[in-house]
Amino acid sequence: MDRFRMIFQYFQSNSESVMNGICGLLALASVKMYTSFEFSCPCLPHYNMAYGLGIMFIPPIILFLCGLILNRQSLVMLEEWRRPPGRRKKDLAVIRYMCSSIMQRAMVAPVVWIIVTLLDGKCLICAFSGSMDPKKFVGFANVSTVQVQQLLAKVPCKDEELLRNNTSHKAVSRYLRCWSQALGWSILLILIIAAFLARWLRPCFNQTTLLQARHWSNYIDIEQKIFEETCCEHSRLFAHKCILHFFESMQQEIKLHSFSLHGEGEGAEGGEDLLQGITDQEQVNKLLKTWYYEKPPLDVSQAHQR
Amino acid sequence: MDKFRMIFQFFQSNQESFMNGICGIMALASTQLYSAFDFNCPCLPHYNLAYGLGILLVPPFILFLLGFVLNNNISMLAEEWRRPQGQRGKDPAVLRYMFCSMAQRAMIAPAVWLSVTLLDGKCITCAFCTWVPVGTLGNASHPHLSQGEIQRLLARIPCKEIYDGQELIANEVAVRYLRCISQALGWCFVLLMTTLAFLVRSLRPCFSQAAFLKSRYWSHYIDIERKLFDETCAEHARSFAKVCIQQFFEGMSTDLVAARCHLPRKAPADAGEAAEKLLGITDQGTMNMALKSWHRCKPPLHLHPPALPTGNGWAGEGQPPTHPSAPRKETAAYYSWV
Repeated sequence: MDRFRMIFQYFQSNSESVMNGICGLLALASVKMYTSFEFSCPCLPHYNMAYGLGIMFIPPIILFLCGLILNRQSLVMLEEWRRPPGRRKKDLAVIRYMCSSIMQRAMVAPVVWIIVTLLDGKCLICAFSGSMDPKKFVGFANVSTVQVQQLLAKVPCKDEELLRNNTSHKAVSRYLRCWSQALGWSILLILIIAAFLARWLRPCFNQTTLLQARHWSNYIDIEQKIFEETCCEHSRLFAHKCILHFFESMQQEIKLHSFSLHGEGEGAEGGEDLLQGITDQEQVNKLLKTWYYEKPPLDVSQAHQR
Repeated sequence: MDKFRMIFQFFQSNQESFMNGICGIMALASTQLYSAFDFNCPCLPHYNLAYGLGILLVPPFILFLLGFVLNNNISMLAEEWRRPQGQRGKDPAVLRYMFCSMAQRAMIAPAVWLSVTLLDGKCITCAFCTWVPVGTLGNASHPHLSQGEIQRLLARIPCKEIYDGQELIANEVAVRYLRCISQALGWCFVLLMTTLAFLVRSLRPCFSQAAFLKSRYWSHYIDIERKLFDETCAEHARSFAKVCIQQFFEGMSTDLVAARCHLPRKAPADAGEAAEKLLGITDQGTMNMALKSWHRCKPPLHLHPPALPTGNGWAGEGQPPTHPSAPRKETAAYYSWV
């Protein structure tokens, strides 16, 4: 439990860490989505390509957009970009830094999906089985053109009766899966090398600018959070004063209208404060009715001056 | 348990996070509901469409309404909308902001249900199995079958055990076709929703940031004010009840003294607090009468001014209460049981 709490606090304390956490969660969600998604190739001549490529590219777009939506810093960056300059100049380097860091984090989940798809192979087999050259495979070489398209389209569906007598479909599957996995591993290798180089070579170029941009982007983020917290705190105090003022004005109204001999001087002990001079069912009802029908104005300046 | 408590506390501390938490729980509940639901296509020509579309569209509507019901702010919005103007003007921008933020959160669980249903494929397969293009996918030249017969055969596609139209169109081919269409629809729907969400979120800072900050502040303010008012009323009710009950016991004790016509036994000085708390009721019979009186004749909701400050029990000091009839009524009722 302690470990979990420590991890939780670590992630919360640093907004970059929070974003890395979200990024990691999205990547895991992407893998989970792929494994729970029931891939079902239509095995029809023109539908295969659309389905296969669709499954390979549409979810990454969705994951990319999700990565942008869930990242709080994208809103902060947009606000900083669109705000009027006012008395504070805008630094484009900071905005560029924020933009690139947001994009990098948002790209992780789509890339994970594409790589998992390629390494699994089902998408590519479905998409490109119809585009295979039938002459390369013994079982399809002597079949008529129209029928070969049909047969090739049915290769991803292993339970087809038409293919039971034809073992070349396994050859097509293996061939396509081999290409798919090779492509997957190559993309992974290229990306990792690119990330490695970018991280290693970055200190060689513009280190000062980078440090400044990172500092000020962090600052803008923190300033935004603190402003929101201060607003919350302020509205709480405002509401407190407003309600107290309302109860006091009710108390005054009651004193004006009732002829009780109970003087103002004795009113300040013990439970009397809490009761605010409201000691009767009708008075309470009147207070509640007034609260609904005539909410007090949003102005606590009088209460403040008292 | 500690882990859950920490997560719970995190969500509660921030109102918006709490709403997001409920939203996330409903989305998870929606997927769980779908996987627990035993989908059973009727496999009859006209019932399939009704059943399939019903399962596709009715639960999202229910989840949408549930999203509003579970949101505490709905009553706040209704109150703010319907209250009379009084001394405080109403800002329609604030009302719009509150409604939009509630509607957005309420739409997530239905959208999850629709996506999961479409990506799974069973609903669309059930609903549209009679619309499969037999000409392109199957053997359209199969003779001696009327339109009604073909419909009946196609309607059984989702039920593999009773499907008898293998010569017309292979079951796997039809199911794969329908599922492919369903999944394509599902992914397109998810893409559309995500794009909309992205546009809504990213276009707002570009156009109406100042108005947005104002609406957000005042909607939080209304929420906090309502909660603080409820807390203040609860505290007031507590004090009111305390004083009311104290006065009831004091009233009892005074009447007892008057009824017995003997000098009150003054508690010895060193019995202290315990004697005070007994409020003059020191035997079983008296206590039983006090309890009966509490049940049969509750005191009026009116506190006598002089007895308010402290609870030292004797209401005998000179004080004309504003409603002198009330204590007399109490005494009369009490006497009737003597």
